[in-house]
Amino acid sequence: MDNHVTTQPALSIQDVTRSFGGLVAVNNVSFDLHENEVIGLIGPNGSGKTTMMNLISGALKPNNGEIRLYGENIAGAPAADIAHRGVARTFQIVRMLPSLTVLENAEAGGVFGHAKMWGAELHDRARELLQRVGLEGIENRPVSTLTYIDQKRLELARALISDPKVLLLDEWLAGLNPSELRTGIALIEQLANEGRTIIIVEHVMDAIRSLCSRCVVMSSGVKIAEGGTAEVLADPEVIRAYLGDENA
Amino acid sequence: MNSEVRTFGIAVILFLAAATLPLISSGYLLSIGVSIAVYTVLATSWTLFSGPTNYISLAVAAFFGIGMYVVAGGIDLLPFPVLVLIGAVVGALFSAIVGLATLRISGVYFVIFTLGLAELIRQVVSWGQATMGTSSGLYVLTDFTDPQIYWALLVLAAVVFLIGWWIGRSRLGFALRIIGNDEVVAVHSGINTARAKVILFVISCTFASITGALVAPRYSYVEPTIAFNPFISFQVVIMALLGGVHRLWGPLLGVIPFTILWELISANFPTQTTLLLGAAFLLIVYFIPHGIVGLIESGIQKWKGDQHG
Amino acid sequence: MEIIIIGLLLGGTYALMAMGLQLQYGVARIMNLANGEVLVAAAFGTFWFFSATQVSPFVALIGIVPLAFVVNWAIYRFLMLPLVKRAKNQGQLEVDSILATFGISFIFIGILLAVFGGDYLSYSYMASPVHLLGETYGLNRIAAFLGSAVLCVGLYVWLNRTRAGLTLRAVAVNPSAASLVSINVVNASALAFALGGAVTAAGGMMLSMFLTFDASLGVIFTLKALVIVIMGGVSDIRGAILAAFILGLTETVVAILVDPGLTLAAAYVLFLIILLVRPQGLFGRRTS
Repeated sequence: MDNHVTTQPALSIQDVTRSFGGLVAVNNVSFDLHENEVIGLIGPNGSGKTTMMNLISGALKPNNGEIRLYGENIAGAPAADIAHRGVARTFQIVRMLPSLTVLENAEAGGVFGHAKMWGAELHDRARELLQRVGLEGIENRPVSTLTYIDQKRLELARALISDPKVLLLDEWLAGLNPSELRTGIALIEQLANEGRTIIIVEHVMDAIRSLCSRCVVMSSGVKIAEGGTAEVLADPEVIRAYLGDENA
Repeated sequence: MNSEVRTFGIAVILFLAAATLPLISSGYLLSIGVSIAVYTVLATSWTLFSGPTNYISLAVAAFFGIGMYVVAGGIDLLPFPVLVLIGAVVGALFSAIVGLATLRISGVYFVIFTLGLAELIRQVVSWGQATMGTSSGLYVLTDFTDPQIYWALLVLAAVVFLIGWWIGRSRLGFALRIIGNDEVVAVHSGINTARAKVILFVISCTFASITGALVAPRYSYVEPTIAFNPFISFQVVIMALLGGVHRLWGPLLGVIPFTILWELISANFPTQTTLLLGAAFLLIVYFIPHGIVGLIESGIQKWKGDQHG
Repeated sequence: MEIIIIGLLLGGTYALMAMGLQLQYGVARIMNLANGEVLVAAAFGTFWFFSATQVSPFVALIGIVPLAFVVNWAIYRFLMLPLVKRAKNQGQLEVDSILATFGISFIFIGILLAVFGGDYLSYSYMASPVHLLGETYGLNRIAAFLGSAVLCVGLYVWLNRTRAGLTLRAVAVNPSAASLVSINVVNASALAFALGGAVTAAGGMMLSMFLTFDASLGVIFTLKALVIVIMGGVSDIRGAILAAFILGLTETVVAILVDPGLTLAAAYVLFLIILLVRPQGLFGRRTS
C-alpha cells in the first residue's frame, strides 16, 4: 500500500448506509481520507455523492456505519457539533446570507465553528481570506451585487475561516465559465499545496485530474472504484457507470 | 464610535424628556403615555426575537398575563418588587419550556402554537380557579400611582434597549442574524440554532412578563379574560411590523402612532376595532412590508442618490 | 361507550374541517389562519338560513359551498398570489401569508360582528334523541357525522380518481416538477385553496347543527384543524382522518370527565406530544 498506512486517517468512512424510504442513496460505503490529502468523490448524477457529503457534515444521519474524524465517531452527531470538531463545507447551490455584507458573510464561519474568533481578530482574518480568494476591496458591499463566481469564492472564504481539519467542496466549480474555472482550480490547488485536507465532489474531470491524487467513484449509492485518479478514470466499470450500460 | 456616542446621547435626552411627562400631565395624556411605554417594551422585546429569526410569536399576551396574574395572586402575601421578580422567573421558565418544545421545529408550527397559547392558559387558569373554588377575579389594591408605574416602565424600556443594543453587538446577535438568513448555513457554521433561539425567546418573553407584573396595579381588578387578552399579542405584532423589525428603534416608531391612532379608533368606532385591526394588518403586509424604518431608509437612500446624480 | 361514540361523531365532522385546511396548506402552500373564520361564517349563514326558512340546514349547503368557493378563490387570486410572486423564498412567503391571512381573519370577525352581533347563536334541528347501544344521542350529531362522511369519501374519490384530483396531488408532492409536466401550478393552487375553503364551510354547516357559535370562535377551529393536519401529516388524507378521530375522542373524554372548558388544552397536549415525538405526522416520513 502506501506510506499513510501507519498514520491515523483524518476521516474514515466505514460501512456507511443511508436510505430514503425504499431508495438506498448510500449503500455500505467505506473509504479513508488522510491528512494533507485531496481526494475526489465522483460518479454520475444521483449516485449518492451529495448524500455522502451531507452525511459527513451532519446534515443527514446515517442509518448505519461509522464516520471517524481523527478516530472520533461523528456519525449522527448534530451538524453544529461536527462543524465544531473541524468539518467545513460549501454547498452544491451556493448559499449566501443576503442581508449580511460580504465581510460578515465570510466572518459567519469563524465565530462558532472550529475556530472561535471575535472582534479585531475575526475582522483581520476575514479580510485576509477575502484577499486570498480574490474579493478584496468589496468588504462592505451587499452580497446580492456579487457575480456567481464571487459568491462561490465568498462561500469558500466562509468555510476556510473556521480553519477546518477537513474541507468538503460540493461541486464548487460547477457553473463557472472556462476562464473562471482556471482561476477556481488554481485557488484550490493553492489550498492543496498548503496541506489542506479536502474532499471534492465534482463533475469537471479536468479539475479532478489536476487536483486529486486519489478518487472514490460511486454509482447508484455503491462505491464501485477507489484508487489513483488516472487509473480509476481508465477503469472500464467507471466508464460504464458514467456512460450508461447500453453504451458499454 | 463617534456616531454611536451621538446616538446614545440622543437616546438619553429623549429618555429624560419622556420622563418629564407625569410632571406635565396627570390625566388622559399620562394614560396614553403609560400605554405607549407598555407597548414600547412589549414590541421592542418582541422584535429582539422575532425580528432576526422571522419566527412570528403570537404569545406576548400569554406571558404578559402570567406576570399580571403572579402580582394579582400574591399581592396580599408578598411585597410588590418580589412579585415582579417572581413574575419574571415564572415567565422565563414557562417560555423556556415552550421554546424547547417548539423552536426546534419549523416556523409555521411555532406560530400556530403561540397563536392559541394565551387562550390555553386562560382556560387552564379559569379551570384552576373554578376547581379550587376561588372567585375568578382578583383585586390588586396597592398605593402605586400612575406616574410611578410610568417611570418603572420607562426604566424597563431603557433596560430592553440596552440589552437589545448589547445583543446586536454580541456573538448571540450575530448568530441570530445568520439563522434568520439561512438556518442551514447557520448549523454548518457551528451554531447551535435551537439554543440561540430559545435564549432569545426567553429574554423576549421575560420582558413581557415583567411588563404585565408592573402594570397589574393599574387594573385593580384582574380576571383571566383581562390578563390573557389575545389582542395584546396581535397589537404588539402589528406595531412592531409597522415600525420595522430590522432596527432596534424600529418598533418605537410603530408604537407611538399606532397607540394614539388606536386610542382614537376605539373611542370613535368601538364596535369596529376588529375589522380595522384586520385592515391595518393587510395594509402593512401589502404596502409597507419593511415598516416605517424601511420607508425612512429608502427615502434617505433616494435622497442621497439624487444628491450624487 | 357513550364517550367513544360522541367522540367519533365529533371526529367525523372535524375530519371534514381539517381536509379543507389540508388542501389549502398541502397544495396551495398557504397556512391560512382565516380558515376558522370561514367555518364560523358558514355556521352563521346556516343559522340565518334555518331561522328564516325552517328548511333543513343541509339545503343551505347549496348556497354556502359555492359562495365559500368563490370567496376563497378570490382571496387566493387577489391577496395570496401577489405574496407568492413577491416572496424571495419560502420563509418570506410563510411570514407574509400568515400575517395576511391573520388580517383577513380579523376582517371576517369584524364583518360577522357587524352583521350578527357578538352573541352566541345556535338553533335546534333534528334534536330528537336516538337510541344506540343502550345510550341516547342527538340525531343532529349523527346527521352531521353522516353528512361529513359522505363529503369526505366524495372528496377522497375525487382526489384519487379524477384528472383534476391527480393534478392537485401532483402539485402537493412537488410544484416545480408538476409545472414541468405542464400543470398550471397557479390555477391548481387557486383551485385547491377555493375547494379547501368550500370544504371548510361545509364543515361549519355540519358543526352548526350541534354546536353553539360566536363570532370570535374561529381561531379555536383554526387551531383544531391545524393540530389535526399536523398530527396526520401535511399531505396525507388518511392520516388527517385518523387524527380527527383522535382529537374528537380526546376532546370528548376531557369535556365529559374533566371540564368542558379544557377542550383547547386537550388539543394542545396532543399538539405537544406530536411535536415532540413525531413532528412529521402519524404516517409521514422524516424528510430532510
